[in-house]
Amino acid sequence: MEQPQNEVTAKLTVPQTATGTRPGSQPRPQAGATVFDLDKVSVYYGAFRAVTEVSMNIHENEITAFIGPSGCGKTTVLRSLNRMNDLIPGARVEGKIRYRGAGLYDVQASPTAVRRRIGMVFQKANPFPKSIYDNIAYGPRINGIRSKSRLDEIVETSLRHAALWDEVKDRLGKSGLGLSGGQAQRLCIARTLAVEPDVVLMDEPCSALDPIATGRIEDLMQEIKSRYTIVIVTHNMQQATRVSDRTAFFSVLRNEQPGRSDTRTGVLVEYDRTVNIFDNPRDERTQAYVTGRMG
Amino acid sequence: MAGTAVNPGRQSVPDLREPAGWRRAKNQIMTGLMGLAFLIIVVPLVLVLYLVVQKGIGAISWQFLSGPIPPNVMPLGFNGSGMGPAVVGTLEITGFAALMAIPLGVLGAVYINEYGGRSMLSRVISFMADVMTGVPSVVMGLFIYTIWVLHFGYSGLAGSFALACLMLPIIIRSSFEMLRLVPDNLRQGSYALGATKSRVTLTVVLPAAVGGIVSGCLLAVARAAGETAPLLFTILTVESTNTNLFSGANTALSAQIFANATSPYVGAEARAWGAALTLIVIAFVLMIVARIITARFTRYSR
Repeated sequence: MEQPQNEVTAKLTVPQTATGTRPGSQPRPQAGATVFDLDKVSVYYGAFRAVTEVSMNIHENEITAFIGPSGCGKTTVLRSLNRMNDLIPGARVEGKIRYRGAGLYDVQASPTAVRRRIGMVFQKANPFPKSIYDNIAYGPRINGIRSKSRLDEIVETSLRHAALWDEVKDRLGKSGLGLSGGQAQRLCIARTLAVEPDVVLMDEPCSALDPIATGRIEDLMQEIKSRYTIVIVTHNMQQATRVSDRTAFFSVLRNEQPGRSDTRTGVLVEYDRTVNIFDNPRDERTQAYVTGRMG
Repeated sequence: MAGTAVNPGRQSVPDLREPAGWRRAKNQIMTGLMGLAFLIIVVPLVLVLYLVVQKGIGAISWQFLSGPIPPNVMPLGFNGSGMGPAVVGTLEITGFAALMAIPLGVLGAVYINEYGGRSMLSRVISFMADVMTGVPSVVMGLFIYTIWVLHFGYSGLAGSFALACLMLPIIIRSSFEMLRLVPDNLRQGSYALGATKSRVTLTVVLPAAVGGIVSGCLLAVARAAGETAPLLFTILTVESTNTNLFSGANTALSAQIFANATSPYVGAEARAWGAALTLIVIAFVLMIVARIITARFTRYSR
């Protein structure tokens, strides 16, 4: 049932003929297979429609950035991609989200099975109050891996991938809560990688970090990109230009309908290659946002 | 007041003290009042401990802890006598009550906080637990007397039931408060790795809250161990050792304190003090053991 769809048209993108090359970067390869296919996705919290009719395709082995002002629904869309919104009472998704061809919200789809494939890193680092080792081994243990040697191996490779191994290899038995902010966030990334997900969702992973720690995490994203598909929500537009291949700009739409209590909703304004979004946006709202005239 | 304000003389060092006057006075008065309140709380506590230790220490010996309970008229230490049956009774009755109330209470709290959410059932349980906290222990004893003792007779088990009913609301309430303090982002982190709800609860939420939960349970056990009224109706208070919890009248330290302290004989009075000290020491030892256990669980949650 997991048939990779090879059509690369994103519904809101312009034809990809003019793929820009950013100064100093390699010419971009052809877009990979479609990992997520969102078709008119609306997300509700109770009666409030937080996001309205988002349609987009997210591609394999790319970093896709969601940008936009506060309240535009970018985190909501991100959380709907691994069904984290299910945990919020009253949250509901309309429209179709397909993950590699399979309906993410089909009745047979189990949220836990979804989340094992699609991991998430949160805005605030949330290491468990366990040892560093147990933090990483948590996910694999859930998946039934008991062998000590296998777990040792996973812990080491995950920490190496997250560029944290050298800093913590001598204190794997110490609490994960004793790490600095940047280290804790990398621990959470390592913890996510330990279950070998297909996709890593990141919700403003660097918003609480200093520029050096941010730089390390951005480097890390570039390194792991070849093996994972990454979607990142960021408030930092420089970060979006630095790390992402494609950028989706969300904005708040004021609803003019009279007699309705919810007068605003998030919409996807423009989705394109990052270089186009920032250098040559097609929508004036995008233009206003990326040049700092709004938001 | 205005005169004491900052004087912007060019060379003068700025005065960074709290300006004199009502604000400073208020601050000092309040600090003094808080110190006083602390003293008022501590004084009775220290006095109780001092009195019990002073009057009870003379009675304590291995013989006192294990020997049979003599008739009231006999002097302290008569013929190898002591409070043995009561020590055994308290340990078995309170222990079995804890065995029933702790799992039930903790699971109830887990249900309210993790599963029930704002559902009707969860709110009803939570409300009933609060109401149960307010039920006097005598009433709880009478309740067990009516539904159990009248049908099956006096037994340690009946006492355990009464004590368990008293512990339950305290355990539910304190465990619930501890579970509520577990930050939601820990749960989310676990869910994001594909954990099921039961996994999240067992491997993240409960371990994070275990320190507080154990403290709450202990408080409940210690409170119950000292309860006298509900035992009077349920275990009958005899003088002989009864190691069978499930049948026959039993005895307990609290009940013996009551029986001996109300007796006019010097020996009985001394035994009452000794039993009181024993009870306090049992609670104290429990507290230490629980601290050691929780320290192992919580060594990562700094």
